Amino acid sequence: MFGSVYSESPLLAQFRRLEQELDEVFGSATPWTGGIRSLPPGTFPAINVGGTEDQVTVYLFAPGIDAKKLDISIQQNVLTVSGEREVARDEQATYYRQERFDGEFRRVLSLPDDVDPEKVEASYRDGIVQITVRRRESAKPRQIAIR
Amino acid sequence: MTDTKNIATQATGDGRNALANATPTPAIRPLVDIFETGDGITLRADMPGVSKESLNLRVEGPNLLVEGTIGIVPEQQMSALYADVRSTMYRRSFVLGNELEASNIAADLRDGVLTIRIPKRAELRPRKIEVRT
Repeated sequence: MFGSVYSESPLLAQFRRLEQELDEVFGSATPWTGGIRSLPPGTFPAINVGGTEDQVTVYLFAPGIDAKKLDISIQQNVLTVSGEREVARDEQATYYRQERFDGEFRRVLSLPDDVDPEKVEASYRDGIVQITVRRRESAKPRQIAIR
Repeated sequence: MTDTKNIATQATGDGRNALANATPTPAIRPLVDIFETGDGITLRADMPGVSKESLNLRVEGPNLLVEGTIGIVPEQQMSALYADVRSTMYRRSFVLGNELEASNIAADLRDGVLTIRIPKRAELRPRKIEVRT
């Protein structure tokens, strides 16, 4: 009797299965999406992380925050960013959509092991927080000369 | 295929633009707050990474089109370790009502938050109707 309520349309079920398989191939294998501290997609702020030989850069897509109130800390290779976004609401107005995040947020990321917690820089521009952590000298690839 | 291309080229005089319009690049749908007050509608959109120069606001007929490009470009040799955001473009459109004054839209972009104010036509603003006794 409840079968029709719980079972999805066959097409949707197939999409979901495809999504799961893609997650298994590309997603859960990485420490980012499958990590113990990872958060569900859509969590504010969105994060991108990029790396070069010299540094790791974290981009937080956090529009409309007060960068001065942002709390960024790093311990070994674990980076924690917390803050708050206050969205002013007009009590008199009629709201049709309220999709934007309002409130406190906190994200914790495990960066690669070779980052140097002493060498961190952060900036805020156009709603993106950019945090750059240098990699340790010893971890950089070195050219070895043959005598 | 070639025929379609030629038609597009003739229609606009610029084939490249026509093709770009025909197949829009995958874009992020920015999250919005929309609210109405007595004199108009306010729309706020989260578009982190977009500067005034890379913002594109257009009114096309009844549609308000909001577009923007993320201007913060990572170094060339940087490889992505993780990405929530997988496009460099935002796009979303809204249908405006007739009672709104599309020619009088004001926009402001600050720290990646776009605020758009669309006033209502003066003659259509709500009026208090007095009851005569």
